[in-house]
Amino acid sequence: MIYLDNAATSLHRPACVADAICQALNGMGNCGRGASGASLTAGRVVIQCRSRIDHLFHGFGPLQVAFTANSTAALNIAITSLVGPGEHAITTALEHNSVLRPLYRSGAELTILPADTYGNIDLADLSRSIRSNTRLVVCTHASNVTGNLLDIAAIGAVCKQHGIPFVVDASQTAGVFPIDMQAMGISVLCFTGHKGLLGPQGTGGLCVDPALSLRPLMVGGSGIHSFDREHPYQMPTALEAGTLNGHGIAGLNAALGWLEEIGLACIRQKEQALAQRFYQGIRNLPGVVCYGDFSTTERAPVVSLNLGNWDSALVSDELAQRFDIQTRPGAHCAPLMHKALGTQVQGAVRFSFSYFNTEQEVDAAIDALTTLSMEET
Amino acid sequence: MRPRELQLVIAFESTASALTFESAAANSGLSGRLIPVPTTITAGCGLAWREPPANRTQAEQLLRTLSIQDATLYELVI
Repeated sequence: MIYLDNAATSLHRPACVADAICQALNGMGNCGRGASGASLTAGRVVIQCRSRIDHLFHGFGPLQVAFTANSTAALNIAITSLVGPGEHAITTALEHNSVLRPLYRSGAELTILPADTYGNIDLADLSRSIRSNTRLVVCTHASNVTGNLLDIAAIGAVCKQHGIPFVVDASQTAGVFPIDMQAMGISVLCFTGHKGLLGPQGTGGLCVDPALSLRPLMVGGSGIHSFDREHPYQMPTALEAGTLNGHGIAGLNAALGWLEEIGLACIRQKEQALAQRFYQGIRNLPGVVCYGDFSTTERAPVVSLNLGNWDSALVSDELAQRFDIQTRPGAHCAPLMHKALGTQVQGAVRFSFSYFNTEQEVDAAIDALTTLSMEET
Repeated sequence: MRPRELQLVIAFESTASALTFESAAANSGLSGRLIPVPTTITAGCGLAWREPPANRTQAEQLLRTLSIQDATLYELVI
């Protein structure tokens, strides 16, 4: 089986990740619950993971890293904390529903920066959209449909100039692209652990500028201040009610250690080379239409396409059944992106690549699409 | 692409319903499989069950047995 759905979740991971989870299952207590040896073992793993996350994103210190179950939870915390009715937020048409739905529910006034047919936004629209009551700018680092990157450093500079908190969804780029919160003016960085960071599902979190005070979605057990009626406000405890996913965090911690050894540049170069190899192999096939801006190679390793007027679900199913190639069809939970691309009815077949894919696998995918294309023309 | 043929397609509102249906299908005389939801139904995220139309009665019975009320049945050429 050839797995090309890494934008949904990683399938192939370094062996150390599973080893660390197994070791944690057999030896880790509950982080922050007493001072038993097992609890302290868990605590040491968790704090090492916080430090690695903070280092990776050049954040504001390990204690400003809070863990959540996924980036959706992190984005919900950030968005609901920073904007509400009577206030204004700015986002883009590239966003996943994990950004859009919390914004819609917030009751805030929204400006959604439009995307052109290549999936790009005009950054000049950002400055023009800022109002006196703008309290938040939130955007993805890369579209999960097209792979286009947003210039988050430029957006962050505008936000900094206007004193507006800037929240970034790094779901498609964390572990692959360099992100520097301080240099890029990012106030809150939301990440998931199971994609480019190569950890297990059920891990994620947010790195928070200490100038901001975010409200937790949940309050409850914290391991400290047991007689207080209110949940502790200190980071990271403030955003981490209940037992942490310590076993998952142990896996994420091991994955981060592996990423440090290999280096993001090495990972990015390989993934981008695989995506480019695929794109160059299929771009001129009869009936194939690719979505996104391929005028630059500096893009997330995603290629979404359609074949003629075929339903993307049928093409994806054909690839799976005949060629044992796993892709993702449909709308990818990014409705505004599909509207901009004109694919809201057909959806799109997404091929997304990982460091663990090979050129042989890419060539097999090119051959499969070539076969399907020839059958249709 | 393989030849298209008329199929019963059962669309579910939730992944949990689709997988519950799959877990019981083989023991209920059904021969189909899970597929991505055809975009003629919706371009949204999700799963559907593909089944020969001749097995419609068994499929409907299984939906009742499992108390799956969020399913919609279509006959589509896919």
